[in-house]
Amino acid sequence: MTNLLRRPETAGGADAAVAAPRATGPRFHWRDYTVYIAFAVIFVIFAITLSGDGFLSSNNLTNIVAQTAPISIMAVAVTFVIVAAQIDLSVGSVAGLSSVTTAMAIQQWGGIPGVIVGVLTGVAIGAVNGTLVAYVGIPSFLVTLGMLGIAAGLAMWITNSAPKPIIDQTYNDIFGSAEILGVPILVLWTLVAVAIGHVILRKRPFGRYVLATGGNEEAARFSGIPTRRIVFTVMLASGVVAALAGMLYAGRLQSGRFSWGQGDELSVIAAVVLGGTSLFGGRGSVIAALVGSLLIGMINNGMLILGLEFSQQQVVRGCIIILAVALAGRG
Amino acid sequence: MGVSANGSAAAAPRLRASGIEKRFGDVEVLRGVDFEVRPGEVHALLGGNGAGKSTLMKILEGVHQPDGGTIELDGERVSFPSPHAARAQGVSMIFQEFSLVPSLTVAENLSLGAEPRTTGGFLDDNAARRAARERLGRLDADIDPGARVGRLSTAYWQLIEIAKALTDDTRVLIMDEPTASLASNEVERLFELIRRLRGEGISIVYISHRLEEISQIADRVSILRDGQMVATEDVADVSIDDILEHMTGEQLEAPSAAAPAAARAAANGDGARPLLSVEGLATRTVVRDVSFTVRPGEVLGVVGLMGSGRTEVARALFGIDRITAGTVRLDGEELGLGSPRDAIDAGIVLVPEDRRLQGLVLMHSVESNLLLPLYDDLTKGGLIDDGAGGSIYQRFAQRLRIKTASPRTPAQQLSGGNQQKIVIAKWLASDPKLLILDEPSAGVDIPTRNEIGEIIRSLTADGKAVVLISSDLTEVLDLADRLIVLREGRVTRELRRDEVHSEPELHRLVQVA
Repeated sequence: MTNLLRRPETAGGADAAVAAPRATGPRFHWRDYTVYIAFAVIFVIFAITLSGDGFLSSNNLTNIVAQTAPISIMAVAVTFVIVAAQIDLSVGSVAGLSSVTTAMAIQQWGGIPGVIVGVLTGVAIGAVNGTLVAYVGIPSFLVTLGMLGIAAGLAMWITNSAPKPIIDQTYNDIFGSAEILGVPILVLWTLVAVAIGHVILRKRPFGRYVLATGGNEEAARFSGIPTRRIVFTVMLASGVVAALAGMLYAGRLQSGRFSWGQGDELSVIAAVVLGGTSLFGGRGSVIAALVGSLLIGMINNGMLILGLEFSQQQVVRGCIIILAVALAGRG
Repeated sequence: MGVSANGSAAAAPRLRASGIEKRFGDVEVLRGVDFEVRPGEVHALLGGNGAGKSTLMKILEGVHQPDGGTIELDGERVSFPSPHAARAQGVSMIFQEFSLVPSLTVAENLSLGAEPRTTGGFLDDNAARRAARERLGRLDADIDPGARVGRLSTAYWQLIEIAKALTDDTRVLIMDEPTASLASNEVERLFELIRRLRGEGISIVYISHRLEEISQIADRVSILRDGQMVATEDVADVSIDDILEHMTGEQLEAPSAAAPAAARAAANGDGARPLLSVEGLATRTVVRDVSFTVRPGEVLGVVGLMGSGRTEVARALFGIDRITAGTVRLDGEELGLGSPRDAIDAGIVLVPEDRRLQGLVLMHSVESNLLLPLYDDLTKGGLIDDGAGGSIYQRFAQRLRIKTASPRTPAQQLSGGNQQKIVIAKWLASDPKLLILDEPSAGVDIPTRNEIGEIIRSLTADGKAVVLISSDLTEVLDLADRLIVLREGRVTRELRRDEVHSEPELHRLVQVA
């Protein structure tokens, strides 16, 4: 697999290994905790400065989690992609496309076919990405950059850039606005996705194989791991999960539109990297990626309450991401 | 066979190193080495692994500084604080690994770092090409200066490398294994070039493991062993056998010291049914036609020069390289080896040549490296059973005495020997029938090397079979019951351990079989 970036330790590590075991146990990695510290710091700052504006109300806090759901869910799948030393830039556009295909299918055939079409959209794009990256050998950066354009273009093309309303209330409830025991369903979607992702990465053989493939593809192959199939699978899963995120946008906003999710790839990748996942592959955490997503969601929410304009929000968001990633040990 | 031709014989030496000492930590690598090269001479430098060849060359090239001794160039005392300084004074080295940038043209590579400029300060491509054409012309090399280096074959790379190393001031050219990656007709061309440079009065220090080449190209030969220069001779006066005796310090016809291995070989008998039988194996790389068998409880040593196909046979048997012809049978059953998984499932595992690139995920913990091939069978209710994994880890870490601060320590923090033990342990834990080890002792300390030997013996005692690929012939003679010698992708000799009486004899078989 072509790695987007060269792993720096291959050269320097040569000397390290000659010496006898030195450090006692694993070293303390600041970057494993940066995201939690950053989250706490920014939370406290907002809690103090914005307490009068309702930032701390439980309503607002749940709202942050619910609104961030698509980012959080995509971050789960993209964690696997980045751990496997790949990248997926197409997730935001795929979300937009699936919101549109789902809405159109619901208009045509009803709720259940709509859900099936939405998922199949993700399967199709994920399979194309996965095949090109894993079996044809094109760098994932290029494949998914191209797919970003293709998916966004398709979504505009088939809708003439117009929103497609969804009037199926069951769909809108399940994928958007329902509450179960007072908990918004988007929060539940997030928790389920994170739980599944965490268990697969930490407790299933597949997760270990993704870690090994990203850590050293050659050694993984020499250990009998089908590394191409692993890479294909994470790219496929990323497409499917991005489609699901688009369906959540569609449910919450009761419509499909090409612009839903547009640009989300930056927030998603930032969330994953903030969570300490190495851009070089081989290590990562789903839970930390969730905290990274929530951090981004919280910043967005705080800036909204502060009344910052969209342009100003973008500048602040960019600064915070650079700062946090720098603190997290430069990927 | 004493030290002859010492200075007094002919012309004054071009380069003379006297009493060179070098130590790394507690290890004395060079102990008072004298070495001299005459003008217009091709002087071969030989020695086994760890004899000190490369350290001596690195001192002459300015990479290392000697702890004692002097270097003279044309009678003048010199010191080389850096490779740049050595080069400026006329000593250049051509490394085994090439130093060219594939994406640049020949001319750009040759002028790298000293690009000619126009008066306006822009790069002067025409001047660079003219200069390149001139330098290549000196070597009679027909290469287009505008061609991208990456599109040229390795033989051309070497020519360009030589052109890059040669300046008008070059007096001594050091070549480290220059033929390692060349085909035989390319070797002939290189030799012509070397003779031509010699004719111009340039002195050439020629390092090679291929002893036949020495008699073809060298005028004199010096042999290092254990950090000391044990002989310097005119090539015309020595035979390959003489050289081998100097390199190993052993008499060629000395009786075998390793009687136990021979005894084991006899005990196994020739009649036992083979565990592995390979017939007519070929791959797209160098393997042409390889057939051999391995019996249960047997260690088969595979020897051959670099590029003979040693490693490639192992890769094919492990499902890495595709097999294009031939059959592989294990316990009489023909195997389809499409991937390492197929090999592992059949019971064939490989401890690969490069443990850092192929054997380990260095950033991951010792424990997860050891368990990596096993996770599929380590689940309980679909989830990884960390308890079971931990106890497997404990068992094999103890059995192989892996020294680590904790099971969670990243593998990159361990010593080379302990890293190698992890790679071996991960395969022992999968309970294979046949273990292939490719250079298991490379870069491993002596105690670990002995431990690896013990592990191999204990495996065969359990009825498992081992294929041991090694360029360390002492190791092969210590451990193998039978041997095959590979050359250019074919088995040229097959012999029992007791048919080889000494290490020099085996060296000779590898060289000229």
